[in-house]
Amino acid sequence: MATRRQFIRISAMGAGAVMAGAAGLRLLASELTDGQKATLTALTGRTPTYCEVCFWKCAGWVYKDERGSIQKIIGNNEDLNCNGRLCPRGTGGVGMYHDEDRLRKPLIRTEERGKQSFREATWEEAFDYIAEKIKVISAEHGPECVALFTHGSGGKYFSTLLRALGSPHVAAPSYAQCRGPREVAFQATFGEALESPEPLDIRDTRCLVLIGSHLGENMHNGQVQEMSDAIDKGATIITVDPRFSTAAGKSKYWLPIKPATDLALLLAWINVIITEELYDRPYVEKYTYGFEYLKEHVKNMTPEWAYGITTIDPTVIRETAREMANASPAVIVHPGRHVTWYGDDTQRLRAVAILNALLGSWGRRGGFFRTETFELPEPPHPAYPTPKRSWRTEFPDLYKMADTVLANGVCDATVPDPTRACEFQAWIVNGTNLMETLPNQENTLKAIQALQLLVVVDTMPMEITGWADVVLPECTYLERYDDLRVGPHRKPQIALRAPAAEPLYDTKPAFYMARELAKRLGVIEYFPFETMEEQLDWQLKQVGSSLEEMKKIGVKTIDRPYDDLYFYPDEDVEFYTGTGKIELYSLAMEEAGYDPLPKYTRHEEPPEGYYRLNYGRAPMHTFSRTANNPNLTDLMEENSVWVNPRVAREWGLSTGQYVHLMNQDGKRSEFPIRVRVTERIRWDSVYMVHGFGHQEKKLRRSYGKGASDTNLITRVLVDPIMGGTGMRGNFVTFITDLAGEEVMS
Amino acid sequence: MRYAMAIDTKKCVGCSDCVVACQTENNVPIGFCRDWVVEVMDGTYPQLEIELRSERCNQCENPPCVRCCPTGASHVAEGGIVLVKPNKCIGCGACIASCPYDARYPHPKGYVDKCTFCIHRVREGMKPACVAVCPTKCMYFGDLDDPNSDVSMVLKKRKYKTLIPEAGTKPHLYFLI
Amino acid sequence: MNEELIISGRDNLMVDPHLHIWHWPIPLYLFLGGLAAGVLFFAALYYLMGKENEYRSAVRRVPFIAPIALVIGLTALFYDLRHKAFFWQLYTTIRLESPMSWGAWTLLVITTASFIWCALHIREFFPDWDWKYNWLRELETFFNKYKKHLAWVILIFAIITGVYTGILLSAFNARPLWNTSVLGPLFLASGLSAGAATIVLASKNREERLLFTKIDLIILGVELFLIVHMFMGFLASTQVQIEAAGLFLGGEYTMVFWIFVVMLGIIIPGVLDLMELRGRHIPAVIPGILVLFGSLMFRFVFVFAGQVSRWLY
Repeated sequence: MATRRQFIRISAMGAGAVMAGAAGLRLLASELTDGQKATLTALTGRTPTYCEVCFWKCAGWVYKDERGSIQKIIGNNEDLNCNGRLCPRGTGGVGMYHDEDRLRKPLIRTEERGKQSFREATWEEAFDYIAEKIKVISAEHGPECVALFTHGSGGKYFSTLLRALGSPHVAAPSYAQCRGPREVAFQATFGEALESPEPLDIRDTRCLVLIGSHLGENMHNGQVQEMSDAIDKGATIITVDPRFSTAAGKSKYWLPIKPATDLALLLAWINVIITEELYDRPYVEKYTYGFEYLKEHVKNMTPEWAYGITTIDPTVIRETAREMANASPAVIVHPGRHVTWYGDDTQRLRAVAILNALLGSWGRRGGFFRTETFELPEPPHPAYPTPKRSWRTEFPDLYKMADTVLANGVCDATVPDPTRACEFQAWIVNGTNLMETLPNQENTLKAIQALQLLVVVDTMPMEITGWADVVLPECTYLERYDDLRVGPHRKPQIALRAPAAEPLYDTKPAFYMARELAKRLGVIEYFPFETMEEQLDWQLKQVGSSLEEMKKIGVKTIDRPYDDLYFYPDEDVEFYTGTGKIELYSLAMEEAGYDPLPKYTRHEEPPEGYYRLNYGRAPMHTFSRTANNPNLTDLMEENSVWVNPRVAREWGLSTGQYVHLMNQDGKRSEFPIRVRVTERIRWDSVYMVHGFGHQEKKLRRSYGKGASDTNLITRVLVDPIMGGTGMRGNFVTFITDLAGEEVMS
Repeated sequence: MRYAMAIDTKKCVGCSDCVVACQTENNVPIGFCRDWVVEVMDGTYPQLEIELRSERCNQCENPPCVRCCPTGASHVAEGGIVLVKPNKCIGCGACIASCPYDARYPHPKGYVDKCTFCIHRVREGMKPACVAVCPTKCMYFGDLDDPNSDVSMVLKKRKYKTLIPEAGTKPHLYFLI
Repeated sequence: MNEELIISGRDNLMVDPHLHIWHWPIPLYLFLGGLAAGVLFFAALYYLMGKENEYRSAVRRVPFIAPIALVIGLTALFYDLRHKAFFWQLYTTIRLESPMSWGAWTLLVITTASFIWCALHIREFFPDWDWKYNWLRELETFFNKYKKHLAWVILIFAIITGVYTGILLSAFNARPLWNTSVLGPLFLASGLSAGAATIVLASKNREERLLFTKIDLIILGVELFLIVHMFMGFLASTQVQIEAAGLFLGGEYTMVFWIFVVMLGIIIPGVLDLMELRGRHIPAVIPGILVLFGSLMFRFVFVFAGQVSRWLY
């Protein structure tokens, strides 16, 4: 008979058993999650690399988890590009490796271009196909009609291949679509181009002027780091931008300039600095040529004159000019990076160069330092054949001051033209999504359709791959060796890229591809080493190191032969210009038939109901390359169009609404874009981040998300001096009725 | 020992490196994040002000998430850090609802996850992944009880604030303003 | 203009764009738990008052709903767990600061007690029931002997069950809509009224029905009073509380709250109850169903709206 006592005893025993069992299991419960335990084990064993996500090439270390899967990438502490800290794209580089949408096998087109019908092929088939076609084209038209577009480390090998064949046509879109005008402008003024990374002594500057640079949203790693150092040291930042950028948010002065009028502001600053005699007199007298011409030229370009054009108060113009001069020579008027805006960009950058020269910042601490680089021996090979002709010989009067092949030039010269002797017949495209890079997509397509051969080498199925005849799947930078990075910086450094993992799927490095093609095209002697390991070890041994050593340290710093980071006081510096001095008045430009001193020209303004299309960067993305990266789309998966609240009220727009944009030529955005109503943008412009609106369905994560600004850039303002493609002359209006269209974002 | 973090809003550029670094360090699944970046914008063009903050679990001294946990999975560990024992968590979601900062999230594996101040790194003498990666070096981490630690020094020099102090959680995440 | 945005794309499942970690299983359990609590409360109360034969339905028959409701409710709760294999951890510890821990243990007790209570009254539905095994028959005798003690246990734990869910929600100061001490009594009142309504629906005895209609009416009045009190509290409190109250005063949950919860769930059945008491014969099924519906909707609305209310962004 169950008594109360027994009942309680039974229950107590039962409960006790449960609790004892639980206590035992409790001991097994750990407080670290699997992820945290994995990272601790991953900290042993690392591979050196340098990043390929953007062009900065920060050196770092790759870590894998206990299953050998790439888990984490961090910066190399010795690297001057990154000082041990990678930017979000570099940190997110693991996503490039793990992205399931990666290209996996070589593809050969089966139907017409654009139909996206490919069949998988073996590497041998693909190489044979390409080699055959190139042989035919070389025989019929000449090897010069084969061109390479590159924005990746692999371009080095295809470039060797082309030059071995006799073609000089290696084009980097980063020239005429990006930094070209400033290279020409600085070359004309100081006798040398700026290259990457720019030799800016931001960490020691006392005044940083950002005109056309949105540092902090554009994530030039070392520069953002140094800007933070400068803020710590109390440097003044002056930002000129029609938009309230992140940098503007950290600036002492933000000049909300009317778009397309920057040149007037620069000339007014030069006017104030000359009129009030704020320039570095000894520096100007010793190192510059043409001061008197300049003084005469800017005589009437007063702040009051500039006020009417730029809407910047003349008091502010004077104050900021004085602030700059006060900081001189530790002042930087930042040359910007993507400067192809309105077609007069070379002249605008000339004004920037001139301003820097007047302030005495070139070659001084806190201004522009003198970079030092390092020469690595090239693998021994026969001399390259001289090309029988080149774009320069065929078009002597065009873009006279351009000194590199223009990507848009090659594109234009591929579109059949009866007045021209010949066209480009074959393109090899490596690591650049030409559809989003070159403005005027219609023109790019016309050129592509006229090609006999289009080979695309890429890691992802970007839009350009859909138009290819042969798609060669490249393995990511984490899966291969590449040439050593030899960067110009305060101290020369060599950085090694070694593979952290075997190439996934059936992907291969560009070195292998170029070599196999060289074999078939009879120019293998230009690739004396069979593997990159052999080449690297040979090169490193020539300079007193070895592959083994580099694998352990990742980055090797070489001391500067002289302590000449800055000019010595009274140093007799020879500049590589015609006069041997800094040419405020450019004789080179005068000789070529262009204005030797910058003049302000008025640019077209948006018509009623239209707004200037301004585009820029976000710090978590780069180009259109990262839009599918899982780690980075987690941060930002679509762009939005910034609309001023006054404009939004007029149109009845609210944040979160999706609209189409249509430009002045009637071109409509392919996908709708999300609206962000914000005070950060002027009422005459809209703003969006570049790199979204992917039309390629194989990019499953990014297809249809956001809109592409390149889509809407149909009007291209070409700079006559060097062929740069100005892209900010397009205006858009809103189409609010989506007509039942599905929004994919 | 009281661990704390300070973020300098004057230097933060909102790049979100802290978010990706945390993700790769702690195997945070794609689609989830343990920390995030907030932009606060105020004013009318052109009189504008912006504040950028990197936020995460505040490792509160008075944590509502520990109080409401029915199994004790959510607990306070060394240095005042709040941790979750995955094998004690039943996935009821109470702690997620109890956090005024929305700092916790349900991990696909079932348990609740959040920022741990990278305690596994801190124990080895390293800084949390977000602090170690930040390109602007605007993040400081250390022991509040050590007057010479990074975070103590910077809190002495600068003005700072915490988020919703009126919620009574006594957070350990400070924002230098 | 002021913008406060998360710019790193945070999109945590069930946390963004606003908290939605608790879906239908939770309000369903809250309703069933409250219903069971109400039913068991009245059963125990009237048994202890010696009225078990006068109010047969209330004390002996209607309680059969309780174990069913509790089992369904517990199943819903279990289904909602995201780490189900470890649910037993709930019973390895009692955490006094966690209302959910009290709840876990209370439910253990009340569910067991309700099964026992129903087992004791199984002959209301199966007059010839035989327990077959000796140990079961002995248990029956045992519990019949200590029925009063059992009733006290049920009375106390029924109140705890009815009120703890409100306390649980009100302890979340992170959700301003829940952070009111009125919520505990309000949940209890709602549960009791649901219990009373069920008794009215099931009872075949006119006196019993009238009594519980009266009780229901009083409780509905108390509920209304508490709701008004709650809004007064919100509107006199901090900014986040004012915004939370705004969800029901023009916000997205306005219609659903005032029509389904207040109008259909409290006022109309209240009026109908009053009419019934004044002699107008109303089919008992109408106010009964409406009260139950209102009780269910109240929990749905509060759980969903509470997750929308927030401090930040």
